[in-house]
Amino acid sequence: MPLIHRKKPQTPPSEEVVAPDEDSQKKPPHESSSSSKTHKKSNGGGKWSCVDSCCWFIGCVCVTWWFLLFLYNAMPASFPQYVTERITGPLPDPPGVKLKKEGLKAQHPVVFIPGIVTGGLELWEGKQCADGLFRKRLWGGTFGEVYKRPLCWVEHMSLDNETGLDPDGIRVRAVSGLVAADYFAPGYFVWAVLIANLAHIGYEEKNMYMAAYDWRLSFQNTEVRDQTLSRMKSNIELMVSTNGGKKAVIVPHSMGVLYFLHFMKWVEEPAPMGGGGGPDWCAKYIKAVMNIGGPFLGVPKAVSGLFSAEAKDVAVARAIAPGFLDTDIFRLQTLQHIMRMTRTWDSTMSMLPKGGDTIWGGLDWSPEKGHTCCGKKQKRNETCGEAGENGVSKIKPANYGRMISFGKEIAEAAPSEINNIDFRGAVKGQSFPNHTCRDVWTEYHDMGIAGIKAIAEYKVYTADAVIDLLHYVAPKMMARGSAHFSYGIADDLDDPKYKDPKYWSNPLETKLPNAPEMEIYSLYGVGIPTERAYVYKLNQSPDSCIPFQIFTSAHEEDEDSCLKAGVYNVDGDETVPVLSAGYMCAKAWRGKTRFNPSGIKTYVREYNHSPPANLLEGRGTQSGAHVDIMGNFALIEDIMRVAAGGNGSEIGHDQVYSGIYEWSDRIDLKL
Amino acid sequence: MPLIHRKKPQTPPSEEVVNADEDSQKKPPHESSSSSKTHKKSNGGGKWSCVDSCCWFIGCVCVTWWFLLFLYNAMPASFPQYVTERITGPLPDPPGVKLKKEGLKAQHPVVFIPGIVTGGLELWEGKQCADGLFRKRLWGGTFGEVYKRPLCWVEHMSLDNETGLDPEGIRVRAVSGLVAADYFAPGYFVWAVLIANLAHIGYEEKNMYMAAYDWRLSFQNTEVRDQTLSRMKSNIELMVSTNGGKKAVIVPHSMGVLYFLHFMKWVEEPAPMGGGGGPNWCAKYIKAVMNIGGPFLGVPKAVSGLFSAEAKDVAVARAIAPGFLDTDIFRLQTLQHIMRMTRTWDSTMSMLPKGGDTIWGGLDWSPEKGHTCCGKKQKRNETCGEAGENGVSKIKPVNYGRMISFGKDIAEAASSEINNIDFRGAVKGQSFPNHTCRDVWTEYHDMGIAGIKAIAEYKVYTADAVIDLLHYVAPKMMARGSAHFSYGIADDLDDPKYKDPKYWSNPLETKLPNAPEMEIFSLYGVGIPTERAYVYKLNQSPDSCIPFQIFTSAHEEDEDSCLKAGVYNVDGDETVPVLSSGYMCAKAWRGKTRFNPSGIKTYVREYNHSPPANLLEGRGTQSGAHVDIMGNFALIEDIMRVAAGGNGSDIGHDQVYSGIYEWSDRIDLKL
Repeated sequence: MPLIHRKKPQTPPSEEVVAPDEDSQKKPPHESSSSSKTHKKSNGGGKWSCVDSCCWFIGCVCVTWWFLLFLYNAMPASFPQYVTERITGPLPDPPGVKLKKEGLKAQHPVVFIPGIVTGGLELWEGKQCADGLFRKRLWGGTFGEVYKRPLCWVEHMSLDNETGLDPDGIRVRAVSGLVAADYFAPGYFVWAVLIANLAHIGYEEKNMYMAAYDWRLSFQNTEVRDQTLSRMKSNIELMVSTNGGKKAVIVPHSMGVLYFLHFMKWVEEPAPMGGGGGPDWCAKYIKAVMNIGGPFLGVPKAVSGLFSAEAKDVAVARAIAPGFLDTDIFRLQTLQHIMRMTRTWDSTMSMLPKGGDTIWGGLDWSPEKGHTCCGKKQKRNETCGEAGENGVSKIKPANYGRMISFGKEIAEAAPSEINNIDFRGAVKGQSFPNHTCRDVWTEYHDMGIAGIKAIAEYKVYTADAVIDLLHYVAPKMMARGSAHFSYGIADDLDDPKYKDPKYWSNPLETKLPNAPEMEIYSLYGVGIPTERAYVYKLNQSPDSCIPFQIFTSAHEEDEDSCLKAGVYNVDGDETVPVLSAGYMCAKAWRGKTRFNPSGIKTYVREYNHSPPANLLEGRGTQSGAHVDIMGNFALIEDIMRVAAGGNGSEIGHDQVYSGIYEWSDRIDLKL
Repeated sequence: MPLIHRKKPQTPPSEEVVNADEDSQKKPPHESSSSSKTHKKSNGGGKWSCVDSCCWFIGCVCVTWWFLLFLYNAMPASFPQYVTERITGPLPDPPGVKLKKEGLKAQHPVVFIPGIVTGGLELWEGKQCADGLFRKRLWGGTFGEVYKRPLCWVEHMSLDNETGLDPEGIRVRAVSGLVAADYFAPGYFVWAVLIANLAHIGYEEKNMYMAAYDWRLSFQNTEVRDQTLSRMKSNIELMVSTNGGKKAVIVPHSMGVLYFLHFMKWVEEPAPMGGGGGPNWCAKYIKAVMNIGGPFLGVPKAVSGLFSAEAKDVAVARAIAPGFLDTDIFRLQTLQHIMRMTRTWDSTMSMLPKGGDTIWGGLDWSPEKGHTCCGKKQKRNETCGEAGENGVSKIKPVNYGRMISFGKDIAEAASSEINNIDFRGAVKGQSFPNHTCRDVWTEYHDMGIAGIKAIAEYKVYTADAVIDLLHYVAPKMMARGSAHFSYGIADDLDDPKYKDPKYWSNPLETKLPNAPEMEIFSLYGVGIPTERAYVYKLNQSPDSCIPFQIFTSAHEEDEDSCLKAGVYNVDGDETVPVLSSGYMCAKAWRGKTRFNPSGIKTYVREYNHSPPANLLEGRGTQSGAHVDIMGNFALIEDIMRVAAGGNGSDIGHDQVYSGIYEWSDRIDLKL
């Protein structure tokens, strides 16, 4: 490009005009130079000049590109940092460097447990259409195959919808080793920053272990199919014994938190169902569990994901370009195919809200009641919402307890005005309006118009009702799911029925292990609006197979409202609300409770979100977002101090910015 | 390029000449078109036409390249196979497909143990100069850093020359997982073909394990530093227990064979030095050891590598371009730096010839005596060498026992004519001629002229003397080495001194474990000339720091001679002579011997080398070369049959093409 610019100004002056005049017409100089060429060759056969100038142009671009590439490669590695420091002032040392200077050394082996979606999956056996993809990543990396062969990709990523295991002739397996989840896609780190910092104080693969698992499977099935839990047990034992008996520090992230809850029960359970590690396995091998952004009590996002295959991001896209997602791109009815695929993944059901109305609130209350979403005003140091002093606030407090409402007025109505018609017994009709959907396995076509109507007439769904709703809407999926997960609250934890693995990942239906010296941390970001409840509407579009969608035009005029594009937001890390991430450690496990009989110490560490100051910072070093928090220096420092032998009181006990204590106290749960 | 060719013929005819005439001179048509451009711009500022046509040319190349790239990407994956089949006739099914049709299923877990050099190494902690290489491969992959920062690379790849462990501030570690050695460099497979075929019958990462280790370390140090042996033990135990107690099939390759010999002793030894697995660990966990190209008794190549940092490949390069390797490329005295680096790697000493003169032959005899290198004539169905019927053969039989001879005449002389002057007591002078070599740590400068002369005067070195020679030439290195490896033959295997780990990788100084049901296979290629003995000369070049080099002009006129470019060849797989890979399984371990007290069954499987028929076959499916044999279909099939539950008699007992039985019988060793 610079060559073109330089060329033009040079041509106009002086003799230029004189020389080419034989060609009669006066053309702009650039064109004339090429036209003289054109002329000569036009007899020969076609528009050579066009091709030539194309080639010329591409050549220029290539050369410039190579030149820049060369400069980039020749650039000293510290250059970007130097530029950043010139702009933003000196950067703080990364925690690894800082703590190395303090003299910290690798002590306890560290185990990473990645969450849903972030771990890579690769192909080990496939159909004809996946030729040449053996041991290539289907999930993670560049996702190149999604574009090249979308239907083939969907087929291979789906599981069997009866068993929740491999379909016939397809084996997709988790990538193993640190590479499984260090980067999700090129340049998009997940664990890489933490790993790099730990390496500074002496960690390497012999004392770091990535417990990668196939995150599509239900937790118990990872053991059935891949023996992943056994593998984890064996590796922890190995690392502890080769590190001179120093216990392991476990760092689960996102769904990995639930996976590790499951593991702790599994490992102490006797052999046929469990790992046979004996009742003191955790006490013997685990120093601390440092849960990052753990959806202990589930996430509302999972509901919208399963109910209508859309999360906030999809809903917003639909608001901007209505109809786009419903039409056929790549010969895929995009959303329906995504839904068909994700509904075969049992693990998504592990994150449905747990504890029902007791935890998540009913028609007229919620733990977060009174929370106002006035992020912007707070920064301007004005008061907002309830905090306003003069009289009644303009902002209506959101009824977070109503997890799904059909219509905005219903979401805001007083509980007495709501007239629910029970859908649970409603007969499902056979007359689904759209027959083309039958090949897409979403179960909606079984429901018929009568069923859909019954659902919309129920109007408001609280956390308890949401589970029933999903059972009604997707009976096959939920039948599979309820064999593996449970969403209730235990009255009597000693009931022998709780020996069933399906309860093990629900902290409200299991006891923590007997390990009084162990510590449990809950580390999560706060300060980002997080999905908590939805306003839905019936989907009238004739093309769509999914009869419900988020009512994206449900807005509040006030910009401080918690209602944005059909979604009621609350404080959290963009994915997990504070309540879900913090409640167990802040309240239900604190001290000796029935859920924590041995009195394992718990700590809540919140990290206030502050977005990256400029583009050079990438995803920021103080982020509180669900995945980006993995690059948060403060969080990394906390983990490293514990890994190097510290404990909860040394890193500063609790650190709380949200209203988690207050909200926890509103929950009426026998502890 | 095609565009240029098309353009020229178009310009000459008809009107072209008329129009262009205004420019007075008659130029060749192609030039005139560009000159009209030149003319217009020459006033502006310089040679635009040149830059323009450069750009144009690059553009063309780019476009063509992209077009080809596009075609390549759009090409169906089966196209290359289709083309190959059209040319060479239908290809045989790969063994995985074939055996799947036969109904074979994954049974026994499989453990791969890579050899020296083939495993990847990555950086975990480095000096300033290695900034940005964290967790990038220093060894394996593209080797990009060797070119970008050679000295930095050498520094990081070297170990401490006193301890044989990490230098201060540098941690280079083995890559873990199957990726450690599936491909050595992009497109250059090592284990990938075997893995892919095993995957066909149901193997995946839960029942395949790559026991990657840092192949630069001595075997016992891999445990000291990285606990690699413990890791291997734990993983084998895990895989056996998660596979329903089915014992593991171990597949070591090259130096991995010695590593696994070491492991088998280590694992049964009690805790401080060993793994504490108890005396029946191997019987309990191992079904079969399928050694591929195992240098059980060492390789002569290791001698030349340590003595003068050159193997046949280097020696040939030197013969073609004398002086090239001694001069300074990349600011590196290449060979000296390579030597300095490799001499810090203890593992290279594990492959020095073991068993001394008893195994490798003395001044006037060798087990391979009478072997003739008449590959070409045999193919022409003529007789050659000894096989000739009429009278005495023209070809002198080679004295393979003389592993290093100074001068060709000495190598061929009758043993009575050789007048060795013992070098062992010779005083090392301080007067080394070349002082610039001192910064390169090769130990030669300690030797002085007197020492070098003493070595050359000894004239002939047999296997025993070679070890002494190395002790004399590189005392520091060999001191480190003899703490970890031993090259003798045990008289009494019950002598308590053999509890020392340094004996564990020498099959002549250890007993096999007590595991009568276990099977040991020796799988190796034959039919390729393999280095066995060398003709050396003093290096007179003033620039060189290495005073000895292979006498590459030592040739025999007869093309059937075993002497090629200063190297005497024998049958083997290009790296390991048949004697080394076959002797243990063919003789010393066969039946109940003192080396094999429990009578473990042994099998020798040789694979005759046949080079790939054409380029499309890549590295061939019937290769017998040391690394390429990993893609040999027959070998893969054998391994798969055993992994799927077969045993040595199922796959056809021994399969021998070389003279290994005959040669073994000539070795006078008490069994």
